[in-house]
Amino acid sequence: MAPEITLNIRKTFVDRATIAVQLRLPLDPPSVTILFGPSGSGKTTILRCLAGLEQPEEGTISWNGQIWFDAATHVHAPPQARGLGYMAQAYALFPNYTVEGNIAYGLSGLSIQEKKARVNEVLSLLQITQLAQQKPAQLSGGQQQRVALARAIARRPQLLLLDEPLSALDAPTRTKLCEDLRMLLTRLAIPAVVVTHDWTEALALGDQMAVIDEGRLLQTGIPQDVFSRPINADVARVVGIETVLHGRVREIRDELATVQVGPVPVIAVASPGLESDVFVCIRAEDVTLELAGSSETSARNHLRGTVQAITSLGALVRVTIDCGFLLTALVTRSAQSELRLAIGSDVRAAFKAGSVHLIPRR
Amino acid sequence: MNWMAIWVTCKLATLTSLTLLIIGLPIAYWLTYSKWRWKFLIESIVALPLVLPPTVLGFYILIAIGPHSPIGRFYTDLVGHPLPFSFQGLLLASILYSLPFAVQPFATAFEQVDRKLIEASWTLGLSKLKTFFRLILPLSTAGLITGVVLSFAHTLGEFGVVLMVGGNIEGITRTVSIEIYDEVQALNYAAAAKTSALLLLVSYTVLLLVYAMNRRVWSVWPQK
Repeated sequence: MAPEITLNIRKTFVDRATIAVQLRLPLDPPSVTILFGPSGSGKTTILRCLAGLEQPEEGTISWNGQIWFDAATHVHAPPQARGLGYMAQAYALFPNYTVEGNIAYGLSGLSIQEKKARVNEVLSLLQITQLAQQKPAQLSGGQQQRVALARAIARRPQLLLLDEPLSALDAPTRTKLCEDLRMLLTRLAIPAVVVTHDWTEALALGDQMAVIDEGRLLQTGIPQDVFSRPINADVARVVGIETVLHGRVREIRDELATVQVGPVPVIAVASPGLESDVFVCIRAEDVTLELAGSSETSARNHLRGTVQAITSLGALVRVTIDCGFLLTALVTRSAQSELRLAIGSDVRAAFKAGSVHLIPRR
Repeated sequence: MNWMAIWVTCKLATLTSLTLLIIGLPIAYWLTYSKWRWKFLIESIVALPLVLPPTVLGFYILIAIGPHSPIGRFYTDLVGHPLPFSFQGLLLASILYSLPFAVQPFATAFEQVDRKLIEASWTLGLSKLKTFFRLILPLSTAGLITGVVLSFAHTLGEFGVVLMVGGNIEGITRTVSIEIYDEVQALNYAAAAKTSALLLLVSYTVLLLVYAMNRRVWSVWPQK
């Protein structure tokens, strides 16, 4: 049996939807799994069950064949026994210890020299050596996040659990640290489970993802696939973004990037430090459909294509257009009839450069 | 001034507060973290000395350690003399009498330690015991000092329990508060005034210490 985490749990709440989830996470090669969902969906609780901080009422959790939890036989491995690196949402740094003290805190069983060496190793890995003697209260949000990460990885855990690792940061810091975090996770080669509600983080960090909503598992898969091919309307609503494509930045001029997506160039607003390989993300509701040959608009992207599929979503209709790549648009039912959209009809899709999100791909 | 009474009082208060530091910590820990549904029963027992007249508490302790109780007989067999009207008996009574003054500040301090920090410590591999000593205790120092100082001060001033359990034996169980009472009975107001002033000064200093350390309104009063 390939090493994996299996999780099959059920937990009821008085004031929230019951969590009933079945998940298998491969451990080899080490990969990053995203638990994705809106707040209150139960993803943090699932992470806490994995950490042993909460117990489900029913079910089992096993790690690489080792039973961590089994409600039927009352097995519950405490968090101490699970070899974890767990990072809580607000980092939970110990206020009475320095940065160094926080990192060394879990390193019992090592000699003083080994401890010192390990602390210095993670301090330099996270580029926070200069903060070693500071107390957590003196640090900025981004610095605290790095210290919390350093503390979590210092013990060389067999599993990293990160609860919203970036949500407490302001937007510019978040973008920067998101890239750093991905590099760190790749370098550490420790299996990781990351809880997030932010789709840019999911795409940037995840090797696979599980979409959770109201305590249920809706879809699992590679993030790009889940975002671009939600299996049903629920997933589409939760993930909120429907076109995710590989692209290559061809040129950047006047802060506008031309990104080659298959045979088609797409114009997008360039963020600083843009890499050549990117995910090109377009929300379905940002795509306008027009009849071919209509007048100029302010949108930078006008792509001719043919309608491939039409799915009804109540008042809205999801239209998939083949314009060199598959692009999803969300239009009203009345727009569909005015444009006489049917499978095979020619149409022009328009979207603004600002609606195209570019996410560095590693 | 009766230095012997002052010595007995200081010895009693010091031993009481130190003992309470040792036995109060596990009780406070249990009261803070236990999820037992009937916990409030124990909480109420711990708080009982706050409201019970000292004479009532003293009476029950006297009965409990007296020669007719199993505890009293066991102690007499073991040590050779009975517990009532001895310093040891007085110490036991003082510990029970001051229990809430130590336990409640301890428990309040433990409660204020963020649950997330404790969980972080567990996930870093530290047992509950190690987490207690390396995280909870260092974060609760103000509460610990408050508890120790309050139980010390409270023991300094106890009267009813001492009289019931310890009696009034010079050099053994005669404390400052009993001394003052004796002086007043003997119409020796000057001596009573001196001793009273000393007790007032010490008590005030002790409270100053607690307030200055916590800098919070009503920090002396148990918050639960």
